[in-house]
Amino acid sequence: MEFRTFVFYFLAAILVVAGLRVITARNPVHAALYLVLAFFTASGIWMLLQAEFLAIALVLIYVGAVMVLFLFVVMMLDINLDRLREGFWSYLPLGSIIALLMVAEMGLVLGGNYLGLFEAEVPQTSVDHSNVQAVGRLLFTDYVYPFELASVILLVGIVAAVALTQRERRQSKAVSPSQQVFVKARDRYRVLQMPAEKKD
Amino acid sequence: MMVDALQGFLQGLFGSVFPLVWTLLKIVLIIAPLLLAVAYLTFWERKIIGWMQVRIGPNRVGPWGLIQPIADGLKLLLKEVVIPTGCDKSVFLIAPMFAFAPALAAWAVIPFNDTLVLANVNASLLYIMSITSIGVYGIILSGWASNSKYAFLGGMRSAAQMISYEVAMGLALVVVLMVSNSLNLGDIVRGQGQGYFADRGLGFLSWNWLPLLPMFVVYLVSIVAETNRAPFDLAEGESEIVGFHVEYSGMAFAVFFLAEYANMILVSTLTSILFLGGWLSPVGFLPDGILWLFLKISAILFIFLWIRATFPRYRYDQVMRLGWKVFIPLCLIWLVVVGCWMMSPLNIWK
Repeated sequence: MEFRTFVFYFLAAILVVAGLRVITARNPVHAALYLVLAFFTASGIWMLLQAEFLAIALVLIYVGAVMVLFLFVVMMLDINLDRLREGFWSYLPLGSIIALLMVAEMGLVLGGNYLGLFEAEVPQTSVDHSNVQAVGRLLFTDYVYPFELASVILLVGIVAAVALTQRERRQSKAVSPSQQVFVKARDRYRVLQMPAEKKD
Repeated sequence: MMVDALQGFLQGLFGSVFPLVWTLLKIVLIIAPLLLAVAYLTFWERKIIGWMQVRIGPNRVGPWGLIQPIADGLKLLLKEVVIPTGCDKSVFLIAPMFAFAPALAAWAVIPFNDTLVLANVNASLLYIMSITSIGVYGIILSGWASNSKYAFLGGMRSAAQMISYEVAMGLALVVVLMVSNSLNLGDIVRGQGQGYFADRGLGFLSWNWLPLLPMFVVYLVSIVAETNRAPFDLAEGESEIVGFHVEYSGMAFAVFFLAEYANMILVSTLTSILFLGGWLSPVGFLPDGILWLFLKISAILFIFLWIRATFPRYRYDQVMRLGWKVFIPLCLIWLVVVGCWMMSPLNIWK
């Protein structure tokens, strides 16, 4: 067996196991970590295909930024695992339809060569050919409008996130006396009725 | 000569697996001096801070205290690694490795002189950015796996700090690669060796630090924040703030400590390569060489220690404000300025 083939099967085995563990791991943080492993291994496979820019960008963006924020959120959530597992069977039909659709889509893409879907061949590059330069040139010439469009969509996302979370900050903490004199007792406090907490 | 002889001997000995052995040998030749440098950086830090505070610093173990780092290492090795109950044991033990490994892996593409580099890849700058961005996992995971509120909050705090300054650092690097027209660290250094001043024997004025001075300052401050060093050391703050590694002891703690110093050396090397001309000699009548690179790295490491002994610590909101509201807008503006500069007739990077 050629060394490249060996490396491919080695990475592919890790990738499949990591992918399976993402959906079977009981602890959400462990699942996120397996997803990190899956991204990292996938980047190794892309590197094997000489797509160095995509491989490094995958690690830089998904492992270095996206999954970090993912972990932030997952760690902060108070997840009740038993509640998550409820209703598995009632969701199963919908879930399997979606899964079948995804398998069909993947089959179409992977079988694209066979079905004559692709017009261009996969480019065979030499060693001194810079992958980054090729991607950059295409992005800023042939695909400049889709590229700009994607960046505008990202910008909208950023603005929306800021707009959703921004709160007005009061500049001064001085109290207005005219409002103060109108305060009634029931504006200041409420009496709550709540059951005694059971210790377990 | 000797290298060729050794190469021939090993080739005969190992046959077809020779390239693997040869690469491993080169890796050891990079990592071993690096670890020694990490150990002596801790010693040097204590000495320098001692002198700045009119103390003597460590002077008991060995001549002039030179064996101190080895004694410290042995002490930490002999200590018990306490694993708290209720912690996530596997993640708890993996976290220090996550912190340390990227600081070593990044050295694969660092060029030491014109030819001396382990892997001369085209996208080496991108590689370094992506590998170093993994280091933040060590902090987040150690904070979470400790199963302690203090460690968790400390981990969140310092992860947020690292991510914020990574943005400013990345933008500064974008400007550098714009003027270098390359992602290859070797080419970035070679690009700094030419220009108006370099032709007249004043090479140090042609290096990137002068035309990109704002980016150089941003980068220099960002690497201090990125490595969680004083005055941005709110991750641990040694004596008063509780940080992400509060539950770690013995060698597990020492690995975090080593990671911090290995990262310091790495970012100092990167600054030397990107802004200070790497192995290039500052003046025309002296030859280029690897010694210049080491000299520049040492100078930047000294600045790290000097800053630590001089400035009081930042407050957390001040750290965030500096990163997001000062450095990132500055970088974005300078990015546009340099872009216009390169398109104008005054372009100096042809």
